[in-house]
Amino acid sequence: MKYIDEFNDPELARRLLDEIRATATRPWALMEVCGGQTHSIIRHGIDQLLPEQVELIHGPGCPVCVTPLEVIDKALEIAARPGVIFCSFGDMLRVPGTGRDLFRVKGEGGDVRVVYSPLDALELARRHPDREVVFFAIGFETTAPANAMAVHQARRLGLSNFSLLVSHVRVPPAVEAIMTAPACRVQGFLAAGHVCSVMGTAEYPELAERFGVPMVVTGFEPLDILEGIRRAVRQLERGEHRVENAYPRAVREEGNPAAVRMIEEVFEVTDRSWRGIGPIPASGWRLRDAFRAYDAEHRFDVTGIRTEEPAECRSGEVLQGLIKPTECAAFGTTCTPRTPLGATMVSSEGACAAYYLYRRMSAPTPQAGRATHEGVAPVA
Amino acid sequence: MCLAVPGKVVAIDDSADPLTGLIDFGGVQKQACLEYVPEVRVGEYVIVHVGFALQRLDEESALASLKLFEELGLLEEEFGDAWEQAAKEAGTA
Amino acid sequence: MPEQLAEVVDPANWTCPAPLRDQGVVVMGHGGGGALSAELMEQVFTPAYGNATLAGLADSAVLELGGTRLAFSTDSYVVRPLFFPGGSLGDLAVNGTVNDLAMSGARPAYLSAAFVLEEGVELTVVERIARAMGAAAGTAGVTIATGDTKVVESGHGDGVYVTTAGVGLVPDGVDIRPQRARPGDAVIVSGPIGLHGVAIMSVREGLEFGVEIASDTAPLADLVAAMLAVTSDIHVLRDPTRGGLAASLNEIARASGTGVRLQERAIPVPDAVANACGFLGLDPLYVANEGRLVAFVPPAEAEQVLAAMRAHPQGAGATLIGECVADHPGMVVVATGLGGTRVVDLPLGEQLPRIC
Repeated sequence: MKYIDEFNDPELARRLLDEIRATATRPWALMEVCGGQTHSIIRHGIDQLLPEQVELIHGPGCPVCVTPLEVIDKALEIAARPGVIFCSFGDMLRVPGTGRDLFRVKGEGGDVRVVYSPLDALELARRHPDREVVFFAIGFETTAPANAMAVHQARRLGLSNFSLLVSHVRVPPAVEAIMTAPACRVQGFLAAGHVCSVMGTAEYPELAERFGVPMVVTGFEPLDILEGIRRAVRQLERGEHRVENAYPRAVREEGNPAAVRMIEEVFEVTDRSWRGIGPIPASGWRLRDAFRAYDAEHRFDVTGIRTEEPAECRSGEVLQGLIKPTECAAFGTTCTPRTPLGATMVSSEGACAAYYLYRRMSAPTPQAGRATHEGVAPVA
Repeated sequence: MCLAVPGKVVAIDDSADPLTGLIDFGGVQKQACLEYVPEVRVGEYVIVHVGFALQRLDEESALASLKLFEELGLLEEEFGDAWEQAAKEAGTA
Repeated sequence: MPEQLAEVVDPANWTCPAPLRDQGVVVMGHGGGGALSAELMEQVFTPAYGNATLAGLADSAVLELGGTRLAFSTDSYVVRPLFFPGGSLGDLAVNGTVNDLAMSGARPAYLSAAFVLEEGVELTVVERIARAMGAAAGTAGVTIATGDTKVVESGHGDGVYVTTAGVGLVPDGVDIRPQRARPGDAVIVSGPIGLHGVAIMSVREGLEFGVEIASDTAPLADLVAAMLAVTSDIHVLRDPTRGGLAASLNEIARASGTGVRLQERAIPVPDAVANACGFLGLDPLYVANEGRLVAFVPPAEAEQVLAAMRAHPQGAGATLIGECVADHPGMVVVATGLGGTRVVDLPLGEQLPRIC
């Protein structure tokens, strides 16, 4: 596949790794903000190939992971109602709310459906005028144009049985929150390429300047990620902190103005809570008043649902790179991939879930000297 | 954030509202909304997320990136700061 | 040795054996061939039935009966849609059970077929499925010897469900089961993976996409016979259906207390499967197959077994994809194309399209 295969070339990856190795003279901690990049890093084992000096902190860039418990509980409440078709991206179905998840609601008779696109949910609303179709509109800036278009079309088509449960989040305020945390260890960012495909890069120079961190717009294939790391390390070694675009084939400085216009027509900036982190000012989007009729929270009157995050879960600190998963008392005991307490254990790419797997892998075996498998990061 | 993959536009339905096209992902074909890339032409590549083309892919930039990777370690010795030079050529620095 | 090893280090114990998930209701994942299916088996069925034969966890049970060794297996088929590129429910119902028998090294002989029909289903649909079953049985060389039909009220079924059971004889000297995997064994897959799962997804409501892929549904008993003609000492066979190659290899690793190490670049993934998985956010290792097997073979026999497989139409794409190792018992690890490593865990339930 063009634009994928070329950016997976092992020989070029080796050159990039050599270059990173030659460039890094000191330890540097970089955060890849985006869950898709974390996925790619783990999928290809990139973290194990990097020189010791370069540490990757997996950031809070998985919309599934950061959707707050309270919103999940609202989703569960709505999805369980008779007459509702509740539509969601597949990865939201197994995220636990309080005591249950969407799978269980489905098992108990709720009409929960996985869709590929919000337009598929809109089509369901058109085909089932007697049912209330609710779409779980989660995501970062990348997904916002799609969800905005669904609402825009619903209004245009006069589909009054369609609504969104919105939990949209924005990257720049999260970066700001991470950098202002007292024990922040992050020295440079790999900015999320597809967020920038939509939004452009205009929001980043101010952040790079204020916090003195390089911000490198980075793609998702192995060579893209290595190039992002290489440029960030290079800047750090030189004492620079600029915005660079290491994903120019898909990111233009101005982003996609048509998509941004649609977002702004439908959504407005609001404060939002992030699962495990807490409230971050201006870090989300909600439907504008003009689209209030399409807001599922109001239509189904679930605004009163209030849920606290489990106190023993320290995923917020893990997400910010403040502690390693193993430093959390719940890790591997009350919190496992089967019974996750927090976001980072829910997603298979979450830092806690990844640690959990590797911990199992390096469990001691009877053969002496094999306790740690070659090529796998040892676990404290 | 956000699984988005490159695909080739193989057909555009001008009459569809929103604007829709058929995208080929290496032998796998799926409809996508083209409303955000209205200037795209058949044969061009776009990056697709949840059924929406978010951006056209720029072939020149892609080739420039690959050329840069190929020259890593080689040009460094000959020309010094080659990566930055190449990045400038790609219009990214 | 590996059995003892498994006792010393039971990787599952690291987590403390989870209680049956506090769900309290059946969820789709219980039928997904992953961890939830295994739990249902271990915590509900095995204790309730209370016998050692069931604990084998192989695709089919091997029973001593009247001086012969009989392989016995049953499976229910609930695919939607009923007809898909490359086959139908009928093909799966025959080939699936034939293959479960073949994974014990048996020569399948007789099948039963029980239909659950939903009131209102067109008879032509039932007929098409029955004809497909007859044709598949002919191809596989088995006889459908007995059957049953029940009808449920409209709305209480999904059109047509079929349950088949089958028996076959296991040749002398053949002992194929997951517990027999040994460090050093070559891990061989019989052909390209992921075709069935992607073919089904391409026609599933809400997900439809265009792809020129047909299900790989096929009977594998003849291929297994060709492999056994090379050596009777094949350690493990498995047909990686639900949960894909990842689920099968994890089950083998856990049952035998060994580890599995795969070379990612060696795994035959057709481009269209890779690209379909790419845009849906799925991993081809977890996608279902219906006409493939994975074999654990002693290293000394691997070359000859591979050659015999490649000479057979169902094994033309046979490939060595990795080896069984003593390290990381109970776990499956992939060496990535870039030279890194990643763990391929047992899927929890069904794989779902993701956006992240």
